[in-house]
Amino acid sequence: MNPPHSALDLLSIAPPGWGGVLLAGALATVLISSGAYLVGMLIGLFGALGKLSGFRPLQLLLNAYTTIIRAVPELILIVALYYAGTDGLNRILAWAGLGPIEINGLIAAIAVLGFVQGAYMTEVLRGAILAIPVGQLEAAKAFGMRPALRFRRIVLPGLIPNALPGFANLWMSVIKDSALIAVVGYQELALAARVAASNTKEYMVFFLAAAVLYLVITIVSNMLFAALEAYFRRGQRPVV
Amino acid sequence: MDFSWIFPYRDLILQGAFLTCLLLVISVTCGFGLAIFLAIAQVGKSPGARWLAKGYCTFFRGTPLLIQLWLIYYGLGTYLPYVPGLRTSFLWPILREGLFFAAFALTLNFAAYQGEILRGAMLAVPKVELEAARAVGMSPATILRRIWLPRAIRIGLPTFAGEVVLQLKATPIVFSVTVMDLYGAAYKIRQDTLLVYEPLLLVTLFYVGLTFLITRAFQKLENAVPTRR
Repeated sequence: MNPPHSALDLLSIAPPGWGGVLLAGALATVLISSGAYLVGMLIGLFGALGKLSGFRPLQLLLNAYTTIIRAVPELILIVALYYAGTDGLNRILAWAGLGPIEINGLIAAIAVLGFVQGAYMTEVLRGAILAIPVGQLEAAKAFGMRPALRFRRIVLPGLIPNALPGFANLWMSVIKDSALIAVVGYQELALAARVAASNTKEYMVFFLAAAVLYLVITIVSNMLFAALEAYFRRGQRPVV
Repeated sequence: MDFSWIFPYRDLILQGAFLTCLLLVISVTCGFGLAIFLAIAQVGKSPGARWLAKGYCTFFRGTPLLIQLWLIYYGLGTYLPYVPGLRTSFLWPILREGLFFAAFALTLNFAAYQGEILRGAMLAVPKVELEAARAVGMSPATILRRIWLPRAIRIGLPTFAGEVVLQLKATPIVFSVTVMDLYGAAYKIRQDTLLVYEPLLLVTLFYVGLTFLITRAFQKLENAVPTRR
């Protein structure tokens, strides 16, 4: 049988072509990124509230977390957290008298990237909360709202438009950082392209195809974020 | 914690640190030069140049650096030997190395991000200053060279430090195209000695230290450039 030669044959969805593998990789990329994004958002929300809480030891701890994560290259963080995480979990299991487990690559990837995202999210959310006009919070207090209600009705709707540009940037960076997961061996879009390319020796075709897929993901998300921001800023007075 | 490997591997580590710095310096300086052209093309009047520059920035900002690096190293690399005369030319020993492709990819990537920043900075230069320059009879090229660019670079200076640090943090991925930078050295030490954390810790300290130095240097630079507020 002749191996497929034209770029279209190589990229066809059905098996002699590698299109299906690339699309599955793209799906994995979106899954990892969305998972890490949500985990990061959760860490970020608690991190921001912790930093603003005024409880000194918690503030010091969170400052160390955000400073270290933001100062160390992503690749090193991913490799270190990946090994430290799996190693640490198995040590805890061994200490508890249980056997070692094989950690699901998807979950490990989400946990590692989410932990990294959390540091950036903490800073974005902290800034967004600080940008809420103090008068609004004072008015809520004057009406007798309890902290939980104040958070739900005033802080949360107030911080979303402020945080959206930062959120959009972080989404772009988690999409691009997720390619680094290829280095620890989980098959997402970057690794799928590499596998396809090294099997067929058609490097240009597959890396260009992967680049186009990433571009589609980032451009579509850009449009989504623009629409989201227009929605959340409805009723705000335009600046210019 | 076991750091006894540092002495036997000191040459590898020093060479790796040197390569990391070299890649950073090459990509930042060449990338900055390219970024100036990208910014001018984007604020200029020619629609063709504008679209080209815009497309360039969208592509390089919208795709992961890892893919760009692999595209250039494996993709472009497989076509280079077919360029007639190149294999026998004096350039070949350089063009064969992973380092060349790594520096090339990092430069193109840096230029895309820096080009966007410079574009914004050029638009932020007060219009009256450009009008004043035109009023004293400067030609468009002179205005660009004497007023528009220097003012834009000054406006963009605070973000520039951040971009250089981001670029430094992007360098370790070059180990995936066989460049023995500092991370590549740590990777080799891990393979040889089976120590996971200690080499990573050393590399991390290096990056954090270098980040600190870069931010300090830019603070000094910013203070040295006079501004009227």
